Amino acid sequence: MAKQYETVIGLEVHVELATKTKIFCGCSTAFGGEPNSHTCPVCTGMPGSLPVLNKQVLEYAIAVGLATNCDITRNGKFDRKNYFYPDNPQNYQISQLYLPICRNGYVEIETEEGGKKKIGIHEIHMEEDAGKLIHDEWEDATLVDYNRSGVPLIEIVSEPDMRSADEVIAYLDKLRLLIQYLGASDCKLQEGSMRADVNLSVREVGASEFGTRTEMKNLNSFKAIARAIEGEKARQIDLLESGEKVIQETRRWDDTKETSYAMRSKEDAQDYRYFPDPDLVPIVVSEEMIEKIREKQPEFRSEKMARYKEEFDIPDYDIDIITNTKRMADLFEETVALGAQPKKVSNWLMGETMRLLKEQSMDPEDIRFSPAHLAALIAMVDKKEINSSVAKTVFEKMFSEDIDPVKYVDEKGLKTVNDEGALRKTIEEVVANNPQAVEDYHNGKEKAIGALVGQTMKAMKGKADPAMVNQILKEIL
Amino acid sequence: MNILDYTAVELSAAIKKGEVTVVEATEAVLAQIEQKEAELNCYVTLDKEGALAQANDIQKKIDAGELTGPLAGVPVAIKDNMCTEGMLTTCSSKILGNFIPTYTSEAVINLQKAGAVILGKTNMDEFAMGSTTETSAFGATKNPWNTEHVPGGSSGGSAAAVAADECFYALGSDTGGSIRQPASYCGVVGMKPTYGTVSRYGLIAYGSSLDQIGPLAKDVTDCATILETIASHDFKDSTSVERDTDFTKALVDDVKGMKIGIPRSYFGDGLDADVKEKILAAAKVLEEKGAIVEEFDLDLVEYAIPTYYTIADAEASSNLERFDGVKYGFRAEDCDELHQMYKRSRSQGFGPEVKRRIMLGSFVLSSGYYDAYYLKALKVKALIKKSFDEAFAKYDMILGPCAPTTAPKLGASLSDPMKMYLGDIYTISVNLAGLPGISVPCGVDKNGLPIGLQLIGDCFNEKKLIQAAYSYEQARGKFSLSAKEGK
Repeated sequence: MAKQYETVIGLEVHVELATKTKIFCGCSTAFGGEPNSHTCPVCTGMPGSLPVLNKQVLEYAIAVGLATNCDITRNGKFDRKNYFYPDNPQNYQISQLYLPICRNGYVEIETEEGGKKKIGIHEIHMEEDAGKLIHDEWEDATLVDYNRSGVPLIEIVSEPDMRSADEVIAYLDKLRLLIQYLGASDCKLQEGSMRADVNLSVREVGASEFGTRTEMKNLNSFKAIARAIEGEKARQIDLLESGEKVIQETRRWDDTKETSYAMRSKEDAQDYRYFPDPDLVPIVVSEEMIEKIREKQPEFRSEKMARYKEEFDIPDYDIDIITNTKRMADLFEETVALGAQPKKVSNWLMGETMRLLKEQSMDPEDIRFSPAHLAALIAMVDKKEINSSVAKTVFEKMFSEDIDPVKYVDEKGLKTVNDEGALRKTIEEVVANNPQAVEDYHNGKEKAIGALVGQTMKAMKGKADPAMVNQILKEIL
Repeated sequence: MNILDYTAVELSAAIKKGEVTVVEATEAVLAQIEQKEAELNCYVTLDKEGALAQANDIQKKIDAGELTGPLAGVPVAIKDNMCTEGMLTTCSSKILGNFIPTYTSEAVINLQKAGAVILGKTNMDEFAMGSTTETSAFGATKNPWNTEHVPGGSSGGSAAAVAADECFYALGSDTGGSIRQPASYCGVVGMKPTYGTVSRYGLIAYGSSLDQIGPLAKDVTDCATILETIASHDFKDSTSVERDTDFTKALVDDVKGMKIGIPRSYFGDGLDADVKEKILAAAKVLEEKGAIVEEFDLDLVEYAIPTYYTIADAEASSNLERFDGVKYGFRAEDCDELHQMYKRSRSQGFGPEVKRRIMLGSFVLSSGYYDAYYLKALKVKALIKKSFDEAFAKYDMILGPCAPTTAPKLGASLSDPMKMYLGDIYTISVNLAGLPGISVPCGVDKNGLPIGLQLIGDCFNEKKLIQAAYSYEQARGKFSLSAKEGK
């Protein structure tokens, strides 16, 4: 019988923090912008410049540490990681090796079987991001853009506690939710504000020692991560089955080819000559600071789900989707707070919003319309000022441009006509002009009334209340 | 009176009284530079036109009552490792031979606000690595007292320029004695303040945890005034501290009851006889003025040199990584690929002493050696600090020489780097412990070369040092090269 293998996986997750300014200088962290427009002597490594820690970075790192049950280091330091590369203007990266800000934490994930499992967090450390190299084919030259140089990152290093791609995805999703709820990052894998490197090894089931591991880089989506894990697992098992050894190395995943190739082996691993950065004073974290951050911790997803169940009469399925992103949950709560009925808000979010997000490949983070506008739209429908099909059209406009629905309906003259006399007159005309449909109806074809309603709505340019049209039609017929 | 004979504070007072104009003072010093520079080589960059333009502007501000400080209108020279916007800043290295900063260092900004006329940038050992100013890529500076001798280093250009009246005062930087030792060799006053007193923002780092900017001046009054002007709590430098900076309040001729300790180990083998005699004579002067002087044992002195070179070189090896030919400075020509460009630019751009220290520093940080060397050096550093703490529990200050000898002849040190390193024995432990130290001239040796008396204080006790140095100076009388030459 063939040997049974077990996969052992640990993750290194980089998260770009949502601070307005960089980790060691006052430059903007805004994405985009002309190359090298968000730079200064500090983040371009000018001689004589010095780093000063952005306190918000420390606060975010501690907040993530508390949310992941870590011990917070009271007396920490930054270290320099020395290596030469042009995207790194000082030729050293300021990071933390010896005394990372958080250690010994865990998060709990739900397994496929419905059970719970703790994934250990070895450490979380703070560091600076590098710039970007851009190859200019025309000039055959490589240019450097330092806008990203000095953007704050935290690196979350897990223990090798995961055993399948599903567990990895569950762990990443848990981290994403915690960090998004904290407001510490938007955690977008595609845009690189959350990046995961996968350390993977295989061993025979029951073995006590870990196998030799590889590190997989360049994983830009949950799907790519899942595919890379399956691919690497199969590759390692094949090697072992054919009597070969797994080499400890860093590999790069090519998701379009669904294969990976070796980048560098342990043998040519660089000596980073880490040492404490003498330009930065030790990081001292007081009890008071930790308490302040603890008090500011938001309601996380599981707490929110429990509360929604209690407070709002909406299905569990809706709660699950709405709380899956902080953006959606905030939108929901703020709209409800403005007086809209929870079920109706949920319907708009679950239905039209999700549909449009999917259609336009957008994340909930990208939603532009305000809770006030959604509440106003719902109120108009409630008051029968517009009918549901008009409401959908208005919503689409809101979704793309965040227009004020009240103003828009006014300007475009989309209000429902509630004047019974005018409506009755139109319906009478429709009945007179459609004898065939009328006859069909009288012959027992209930459906024929639909055609008459449609004709009426068309004549009213969609601004009639369908229920009222139905009622009057039946009276006339 | 010859304009050049004024001290910085005297000159500013004379300018405010209308006895001299800022332009006249600048022209006088430029004329002196013209006459002396070919022989001495104090400057890497001289900005004649800029200096005269500043002089005109500053005179107007003084006339309008906008500039009233004690250094307003006084021409100054800046060591070439402090960034000056728009003005070449080379660290006396080929690798920064074409580097023009986009910003100005905080200490220089503080001087500009006080109405200083920036004359130019002074020569130094390449990246402040050296004790003679001979490792400069732009030629050695000569000692104005005897041009066959070195001026000391690494702030040799600054010390020599002050001694030779090529400026009224200068800024230097001190990582292991680089202000105090050249001050001693050139017969001027030099002070390294407590670590954190002067912002390092814009100072091109050598050993970041040891580097401090400080003054080189004609006398203690100027020294205290300059330090008061450049000291500031700067949020751009995390290691900068908020503290008292009213150093001129300590210009008081009184040492009664001051307790001064003389470490026995500072007076053992290797100390030149003339230096020993003059230092002990200076101690006697302070004793006669009412200070209590006694000998004591300062521990761990012999460990200072290996500790210093381990820590400073480790930091330097990392600090100097940014000089790679990519962003600014020298880039080797005709390179085919990135790593070749790095290697060639750095091989051709750095001089031998800098390369030696980068290699030493890289070695002590490399994996497998970090604990044995770098970490151990940090532990010894902490012990050295503790040994000073014990001394300062008993004494207000420590008195000793600045260097074991007077200025050596040109060329004598480079052939034997170990001997050059050992010459730092009295100055480097002060940097390791983050303490303030001052060097004051206390006579000349049999060859007529100046000797510096060093006073070392506890952290933030600059005022005690300034008071003692000022009192000694009052008893000693005038001491300068021009006075010696009878001009």
